[in-house]
Amino acid sequence: MGDPGTTAGAPGPTTAPGATEPTTAPGTVAHLRIYRRFVRARIRADWQYRASFFLFLAGQTLVAGADLAAIAVIFTAVDDLVGWSGPEVAFLFGASGLSFGLCDLIISPVEHVGVHIKAGSFDTFLVRPVGALWQLLAHDFALRRIGRLLQPAIVLVVSLRLVEVDWGPAAALLVVLTVVCGAVIYGAVFVVTSSLAFWTVETQEIANAFTYGGNVTTSYPIDVLGTWLRRITTFVVPLASITYLPAAWLFDHPLPSGLPRAAAWSGPLVAAAAALVARAVWALAVRHYRSTGS
Amino acid sequence: MSLDPPDRHGYRHTPRSPFGGRSAARTRTTTRSGEAHLRLYWEVARATARRMTTYRAATAAGVFTNTIFGFVLSYVLLAVVRDRPIDGFDATDAVTFTFVTQGMLMVVGIFGNEEIAERVRTGDIALDLCRPYDYQGWWAAAAYGRASFYAWARGVPPFLAGALVFDLRVPAAAGTWVAFVVAVTLAIGVAFAWGFLLQLAAFWIIDVRGPSQLGWVAAQFLAGTFVPLALFPAGLEGVARALPFAAMNQLPVEVFLGDRTGGGLLAVYAHQLSWLAALVALGRLVLARAVRKVVIQGG
Amino acid sequence: MDALIELDDVEKTFVVWTKAGRLRRTRTEVRAVDDVSFSVEAGATLGFVGPNGAGKSTTIKMLVGILVPSGGRISVMGVDPSRDRVAVARRIGVVFGQRTQLWWDLPLCDSFELLRHVYRVPAADHRARLTELVELLDMGDFLATPVRQLSLGQRMRGELVGALLHDPAILFLDEPTIGLDVVSKEAVRAFLARLNRERGTTMLLTTHDLVDVERLCDQLLIIDHGRVIEDGTVEGVKQRYGTERVLVVDLEAPGPPVQIAGVEVTRIDGPRQWLRFHRDRHTAASLLAQIGAEASVRDIAIEEPAIDDIVRGIYSRGDDVLGVSAR
Repeated sequence: MGDPGTTAGAPGPTTAPGATEPTTAPGTVAHLRIYRRFVRARIRADWQYRASFFLFLAGQTLVAGADLAAIAVIFTAVDDLVGWSGPEVAFLFGASGLSFGLCDLIISPVEHVGVHIKAGSFDTFLVRPVGALWQLLAHDFALRRIGRLLQPAIVLVVSLRLVEVDWGPAAALLVVLTVVCGAVIYGAVFVVTSSLAFWTVETQEIANAFTYGGNVTTSYPIDVLGTWLRRITTFVVPLASITYLPAAWLFDHPLPSGLPRAAAWSGPLVAAAAALVARAVWALAVRHYRSTGS
Repeated sequence: MSLDPPDRHGYRHTPRSPFGGRSAARTRTTTRSGEAHLRLYWEVARATARRMTTYRAATAAGVFTNTIFGFVLSYVLLAVVRDRPIDGFDATDAVTFTFVTQGMLMVVGIFGNEEIAERVRTGDIALDLCRPYDYQGWWAAAAYGRASFYAWARGVPPFLAGALVFDLRVPAAAGTWVAFVVAVTLAIGVAFAWGFLLQLAAFWIIDVRGPSQLGWVAAQFLAGTFVPLALFPAGLEGVARALPFAAMNQLPVEVFLGDRTGGGLLAVYAHQLSWLAALVALGRLVLARAVRKVVIQGG
Repeated sequence: MDALIELDDVEKTFVVWTKAGRLRRTRTEVRAVDDVSFSVEAGATLGFVGPNGAGKSTTIKMLVGILVPSGGRISVMGVDPSRDRVAVARRIGVVFGQRTQLWWDLPLCDSFELLRHVYRVPAADHRARLTELVELLDMGDFLATPVRQLSLGQRMRGELVGALLHDPAILFLDEPTIGLDVVSKEAVRAFLARLNRERGTTMLLTTHDLVDVERLCDQLLIIDHGRVIEDGTVEGVKQRYGTERVLVVDLEAPGPPVQIAGVEVTRIDGPRQWLRFHRDRHTAASLLAQIGAEASVRDIAIEEPAIDDIVRGIYSRGDDVLGVSAR
């Protein structure tokens, strides 16, 4: 993600006398490369504690199992939920959880920005010729967060085998898009709510309200919700597009509120919009930090 | 950076000294009189509650989360109950159950609290154990202090929100309210005692976060916070009702719903009290062991 | 030629919200930096001194791009750091005395490797530079140690290397010797002095330890309440304010205070007397002659004004700035 006040990507004239390298901010590709290096160093350092890593993985998988157990209990009582079968709900749960887990793996360090600001280490990021958000994400990367996405991934894969779908390239693509766009949208929410840390210190709960709240809402078919809530989650806060619309398309369920079937493919659009909003909010937040220093 | 993902409900404690707050310092006592001790615990509870009031945005966000969960889970339960009616658990019961549960989550503290384990990790525990008061009592006071704040800050608002949309069952008789408050008070104790035990594992296991999280998720599930016990398959429901976790959520909510009167109510209290006693006793035993270990090994 | 660093009427105002009663808050503006102007030539070393809260850190933060000024112009190597943070960041090195820029649980050499990529230093240049710095600072023993296991002195050396790997034109140091033991302090000072001498690296350092200033800096800037109250060379400040000296005489035998016009006996300890005099009115030699006429002198010593006391005097804004060093 770029940095306020710099010409992103475009090579400009060198303004520093005697300098021989380009003096503009690194582009996205350069940032990705630096990110990859940082992350590799972190993984290498964490790999020394392999035992606790695997233990944590096992623990997280079990912990996530409770959510799955809840759905299992529900489906011992009923055969279907508002017309959605067990495997279909499992798909919603798995896809939603996997998106969330992916996002958690990569984006969740942004939640720690408040800690960095208080400790002063955010300034260290600003002193380097690299975007602050990239550094933040790379600095606190923890491979063990993969534990969060392991169980939903398994549930998703299993559900894919159990559901009755005509698997063609479009369907397969939609599944991949669903997971990826979901991760991007959750990531945008993380970034926006964490940007609040530049203004207040209590961002953790606020972020959780949207992310955990969002995750639970998308784990179930939104048909189950009352009309008012269904409308809110479809149009006002488009959570529905994350997993529900694609799933409805895949399993031949009617889309809510009379939306056309093409709406199932709106994920990338929503994700792109969300990413742009997040980027703008972050830039605003950093600009605020640089003028108020706190 | 040992910053971990918050658990499912987004609750995370930052480690704090139990000596935080001015009133705690002021009332630190070196006498052993029972009254002085009680006074001390009261101050601890008050200081903890007061500390919580400074987190306005976090509390508001937490209420928001609870409310979302309340609505989503209510609708899901409604769909289930509509499809497969359960004896003695109708739609109104289901929705009320969900919102009362959401409100109670923070009050009972069914998430765990990593303060003790953190102090063991840093070694500050040695200081705490030297103090002339009951260690378990101190933390219990803090738990009740927190609960008193959450009761109105996080307990009531989600219920009100739910009441706007749904028909919630509100107890008519004053007796039911009293019975409910008693049940919740006991639930807080049981949850605290369970958490205390989990945290003591820190004396033996370096990283207690994993087992602690597991312990709490199991507790939450078996207490009916994910799905009410009424929906459980018969065998599992029986097991769950025998365990201490039912005391933390399921039983108090049943009292609220008016399902437990007379003998049934006494049965609830008996269950809660016996598990409370058992867990507290176990906690003291394990604590004594842990202290011995600290003394012998030098921490 | 334009100076390397230039500040023109730079101003930084913070808005502070304070609680006034239960719900309301009052808004006050705090001028942390008030019309500060100075310049630093290439190759110079500037000591940035001032009491806590004077505006030192704020000024430094504006110079390196962390903060954006509310008014005025800043130019670092011809670039405005508030507009083009990255351009400036590439050519400067920053050492924060109380924070680390290194990766806490990685070995030191891994941190350097990562920094190499951050600053895009070619591998060969990096290798050569690292070898040179490691040797200069005697760090071979702990290059492979994780940073969290290093002592403060070792870590500070690591910070210096990290800040210099990309051969920056300017090095900003914020309290670099804070908390270090005497030996480590000397090592750091010696290294920085050498760096400035041999490579011409411009240095700007904030410090509370005025011995740092004495040893390292040729330029001195004193800031208080956001304003520059002194801007000149260290020698110049000493000359201007260090007008008094102390002659310490050891007489043959304890005796009454020496009486000479314009000379104050500040202390007597047995045969030893401390005589404070104004350098423009007396010379040490003439004083010695006058004393010798009255009593036998066994030994003498002359105490020069230390920057410590001069600055303390400037802080307290007394008219008579003392030139007596505290023993």
